[in-house]
Amino acid sequence: MSAVAELRGAAIRLGGRTLWEGLDLSVGAGEFVAVLGPNGAGKTTLLKVLLGLLELSAGTAAVAGLPPREGRDCVGYVPQLRAFDRGLPLRGRDLVALGYDGPRRDARDAVSAALAAVDAERFADAPIGRLSGGEQQRLRIAQALLGRPPLLLCDEPLLSLDVSHQQEVTALLDRRRQQDGTAVVFVTHEINPVLPYVDRVLYLAGGQWAIGSPAEVFTSERLSELYGATIDVVRVRDRIVVLGADGEIEACHHHVH
Amino acid sequence: MSLDLYLQQPFAQHALIAGALVAVTCGLIGPFVVMRGMAFAVHGTSELAFTGAAAGLLVAGDAVAGALIGAVVVAALLTALGGQERERDSTIGVVLAFGLGAGVFMLSKYHGFAAAATNILFGDIFGVSNGQLWLLLAIGAAVAVVMFVIRRPLLFASVDAEVAMARGVPVRALGALFLLVLALTVTEAAQIVGTLLVLSLAISPAAAAQRLSANPVTVTWLSIGFALVATEGGILASLAADTVKPSVFITAISFGIYVAARLAGVRRRSVAYG
Repeated sequence: MSAVAELRGAAIRLGGRTLWEGLDLSVGAGEFVAVLGPNGAGKTTLLKVLLGLLELSAGTAAVAGLPPREGRDCVGYVPQLRAFDRGLPLRGRDLVALGYDGPRRDARDAVSAALAAVDAERFADAPIGRLSGGEQQRLRIAQALLGRPPLLLCDEPLLSLDVSHQQEVTALLDRRRQQDGTAVVFVTHEINPVLPYVDRVLYLAGGQWAIGSPAEVFTSERLSELYGATIDVVRVRDRIVVLGADGEIEACHHHVH
Repeated sequence: MSLDLYLQQPFAQHALIAGALVAVTCGLIGPFVVMRGMAFAVHGTSELAFTGAAAGLLVAGDAVAGALIGAVVVAALLTALGGQERERDSTIGVVLAFGLGAGVFMLSKYHGFAAAATNILFGDIFGVSNGQLWLLLAIGAAVAVVMFVIRRPLLFASVDAEVAMARGVPVRALGALFLLVLALTVTEAAQIVGTLLVLSLAISPAAAAQRLSANPVTVTWLSIGFALVATEGGILASLAADTVKPSVFITAISFGIYVAARLAGVRRRSVAYG
């Protein structure tokens, strides 16, 4: 099976600082890969590489077998929640339609189908600025998946959503990936909301990286090694809590230098 | 003279045709101006059209050509200096202040027809010649074609630049192109309502339309319709009233439509979305 997204010996150096290097990652169809790490570790940078917006400093990247820029049609993108102006003349339906690239005569049907697939028909005609964060993110997912791309990149799509909306959005993503075999690369600073769905975790920290199942990566030894400091990983029921020397690392956006 | 007699005169017919052209182009770009928060860019480019017009008068005795060349220069200058989105307004302010000063200087050196200066500021729709009409028509057609071609990617870039960029939409290039289209439209509108009153055609109709609908296509049609009503209504009222400039009526009608749309919009929103 060929990889939907692939990095080989990949490195990014920005302003003399190495974010990560020697990174090997291969994401297969239908796979859910969570990308974690402290702020500034290069999580969003990884997505930019796969979107073809940033060149690697070393190594190679491919999306559906093509260089990222040429393979762009194979990629859907869901950003973090952003407030839309309340008076913005744009309906949910129009936001979804922006992601449509096919023949114009099929646009209406394609958009309606995409709205139905995320249960968004009810609020599709309301101005986008008046929708809740969860509703907006559902529309973003509909937009990103409109062309049935084999790869979906998500950059902190759960940020500033409440817990019930977080669950709703992740469950929706998971359903779509199982239906269509879409590979998902999901940047997040918190593993727990996506833990039930994640196949593998890529953890970036301090110029290093670790990859494997959540059980493999989220161990005290592995994360201590990455951060170069004592880290404790604690499991509370089915949740993972990562504790640094001075408190919880994941929940408080802790900077580790 | 009665209104019927006026309407048989070429100058009145020219004014109505030119007004319609300007209204359509302003109505077209207006929704994007409001969506992108570029009201100040409209004001800035229109006042700088004054500088261009003054330079045109001084050098060649032709305010319209000067204003059009000036618009292209201003769009290029703002794009080059623009940088970040949030720096845009301060850049426009800086260029605007310098440009107006230069315009005043050039006007002080100009010893031709004195009313030319006030015509730049407040518009002179009844002075439109055959040649100018063709020029307005050509620019209007160019603006309409460009806007039709870029409408979808421009909408994407305007409401959601981050995702548009991720999807390969040339966000920066579209921004520069839209600024050029805006500068040309504004210059064209300045011939009718004057550089000081351009906002009444480039902003008010679109702002009113957005109060009434959240559908971008409906908003565009409403915006064009409102701009047409204001312009043609203003010209007809001015012909009937004899001594009052059309820009007075155009701005008044435009403002009236906006107030009415706000009132209607408040009712509609409270009913539709609680």
